[in-house]
Amino acid sequence: MFGYYLDLALRSLKRNKVLTTLMVLALALGIGATITTLAVLRLLSGDPIPQKSAQLFYPQLDPYPANQPFSRSGKRVPYLMSYIDAMNLIHARKAERQAAMAMSQVKLTPPSGVGKPFYAQGVLTTTDFFPMFDAPFQYGSGWTAADDEGRAQVAVIAGSLNDKLFGGANSVGRMIRIEDHDFRIIGVLRTWAPQPRFYAVHLGGHSYGEGDAVFVPLQGARADDLMPSTMMGYGKSIDVEHLETAPAIWLGLWVQLPNAADVAAYKMFLGNYAKEQVALGRYQRTDTALSGLMEWMRSEHVVPDDVRLQAGLAFGFLLICVVNTVGLLLAKCLRRSREIGVRRALGASRGAIFTQFMVEAAIVGVAGGVLGLVFAELGLWGIRHQPAQYASLAHLDLSMFLFTFVVALLASLVAGLLPAWRACVVAPAPQLKAV
Amino acid sequence: MQIKPILAALRRHRLATLLIAMEIALACAVLCNACFLVARRWTMIQINSGVDESSLAVLTVNGFDPNQAADVNARMLTGLRSIPGVQSATLISEVPFGPQTGAAGVTHEPGDFKNLIGVVDFVLAGPGTFKALGLKLVEGRLPQPDDYRPATSFLPDDAQVLVTRQWAEHAWPGENPLGKDFWCDKMHFRVMGVVDHYARAQPSQYDLQQGEWTVFTPVVPGGSLAGTYLLRARPQDVQRVLQAARAAVPKIAPDVVLDQDNSKTLGDLRMNYFKTDRIMIGLLLGVVVLMLGVTALGIVGLTSFWVAQRRKQIGIRRAIGATRGDILRYFQTENFLIVTFGIALGMLLAFVLNAVLMKFYELPHLPLYYLPVGALVLWGLGQLAVLGPALRAAAVPPVVATRSV
Repeated sequence: MFGYYLDLALRSLKRNKVLTTLMVLALALGIGATITTLAVLRLLSGDPIPQKSAQLFYPQLDPYPANQPFSRSGKRVPYLMSYIDAMNLIHARKAERQAAMAMSQVKLTPPSGVGKPFYAQGVLTTTDFFPMFDAPFQYGSGWTAADDEGRAQVAVIAGSLNDKLFGGANSVGRMIRIEDHDFRIIGVLRTWAPQPRFYAVHLGGHSYGEGDAVFVPLQGARADDLMPSTMMGYGKSIDVEHLETAPAIWLGLWVQLPNAADVAAYKMFLGNYAKEQVALGRYQRTDTALSGLMEWMRSEHVVPDDVRLQAGLAFGFLLICVVNTVGLLLAKCLRRSREIGVRRALGASRGAIFTQFMVEAAIVGVAGGVLGLVFAELGLWGIRHQPAQYASLAHLDLSMFLFTFVVALLASLVAGLLPAWRACVVAPAPQLKAV
Repeated sequence: MQIKPILAALRRHRLATLLIAMEIALACAVLCNACFLVARRWTMIQINSGVDESSLAVLTVNGFDPNQAADVNARMLTGLRSIPGVQSATLISEVPFGPQTGAAGVTHEPGDFKNLIGVVDFVLAGPGTFKALGLKLVEGRLPQPDDYRPATSFLPDDAQVLVTRQWAEHAWPGENPLGKDFWCDKMHFRVMGVVDHYARAQPSQYDLQQGEWTVFTPVVPGGSLAGTYLLRARPQDVQRVLQAARAAVPKIAPDVVLDQDNSKTLGDLRMNYFKTDRIMIGLLLGVVVLMLGVTALGIVGLTSFWVAQRRKQIGIRRAIGATRGDILRYFQTENFLIVTFGIALGMLLAFVLNAVLMKFYELPHLPLYYLPVGALVLWGLGQLAVLGPALRAAAVPPVVATRSV
């Protein structure tokens, strides 16, 4: 029977080619726009580190004075941490792993004077950074807690920087000049660029695109006066010479907490820490916060607003296209009332008529899906030529590919539902009388 | 024109009527909000920077020790001024559409943290920069040689400054801003002049009415005023002069690093700065046009069907005396009624959509005048779409009434 419906549907669609083309085209445009924007949205709001994200948490403390809140509403907890607090939390070792970090634009001077000095994105951090974020090493390894305390002048560099400076050879043990200080390379990373770059949300730099170039121990780098990109003061002024003791927040802290009990315990610990600091007179507020990685990405609006707006707009457009398809299918099916009457009189059940019209709608949907896929590829090609940080990421993966057809079929079946129902309730007698 | 028979006919086609009305309602909601977004971005793109963009370029170097600032400045300025075609090379801390270097909250009283007047961009500028920028002074006086103060911790402790008219009207509404004082913590500023327009470095990050909250601060070169140079040349020379300057940096000062991204002509900086906005405007307008097209298509489709269905009735009406014009007007009025119903629904939807957008983005209320304009567009669209099928209906000959089939 299905083959017969298919044949009937194709005949009916062929009878009015212009109308069919317009229906397919409208649906395809709506689907193309929706899939393009959804693909970008999904890429941008994706999980940067799927195997670990459930275990990574971002603690926040509030060292601001009572009469000078961090945010105007006074409700937000500062999103960065002071050096003293970050070190206290790291030394407390209440989480399985913990690392503090700051971003810095650093001047790199190529070895033996080959080439001109250039600027690259550097990360000042502590030992747990690499194991906690699963950063993969090609050569060598990260540094130890002893290196952190000893202010060691060592560095881990990205694979891309290793290719640029050392032609991809094992450069462990060689020296690299950062901001006119020599650092010994102890590790080279494989390609590693989480999208979005979750660990640097408020620390400066971009959220998408290439990974960072150099990683150096926080204390060692600060001994050489490397400056963080972002700092906010809550005292009279920031003494940039003594950032470690200044009333300023400039570090992000991440902790790894394997299970819910650890999370609860850490929350408790943070609360107690804040109360203790109030008792010591360092703090005037006891607000703290602990957000999971994905929750943190959402609350800090990492995905650009424009991208979400585009997705919303595309959905609105698809909705209009679907309503339009409903209207056109309805017109088509009502015009065929007589044909339906004849079929009913010859013994076709209501179900049969309903199925026949749904098959017709589904064909429009599949055709719209195929054409919509072409439009989506075109749209993504256009986005790859946009000047956005995430431009090069815009691709259609297999799941989005399949999703396109699900959306297309669903849209057309929803659109077909009403006309098919109208068709199957047509009373055969009056239609036959008119003939 | 009798409306009653039209309404009676529509009542028999409730479903199709509702569909068209719904399509119009959705189109109305999206149209109003999309145009509102486009208009806001367009206003931002058109911002008057107040400076002679076509004659200016900026060159940024960094990577030198702060102690060497004065020395680097001296070498750079001498080197840049010797490039043929350079009319002037002066020091500035930031230019419109470049990176923002110094924004700070200011108050009417010293040491006040609470009663902020607003966050302004402090532009530090060396001698000659005011003239090079081409800013238009509307009140007060130009900076004199002894107005240039040393700035060690970013801002000078006490300085006479020039402000924009936009800022003056915000800070001292209805008053003469000349000689007025304001403070940034303990640092004191006094207004010596008002300029017509002067955009801050990153205007789109602020409200539309805050894009020109700029304070022009005369500062002695050195200290925090180093590394960013404003080049002025004739408009046709500016690109060539900038290229020459970029190429000359390694010779003038081998120890510094040229900031490639921030060494551009002001025209290019502006182009880059608003690129995503222009793309977004194109996208929004594209969707609006497509959406209106699809809506028109739906109207054409459904009306054509109605015309085909009513051929016989049309024939009877023609046979008993209705003119072609009557038939044409019948379908036009019918469409007008449906679209009006859709618009009424759409206005509600437009406000709902606006409320949703306001929740997620920093947007004001949709201005009311968008609604009648949107309604006019949709009425026009409806009439255009219905014209074809209605003309076909009017062409139905009365003889159709006499045929049995």
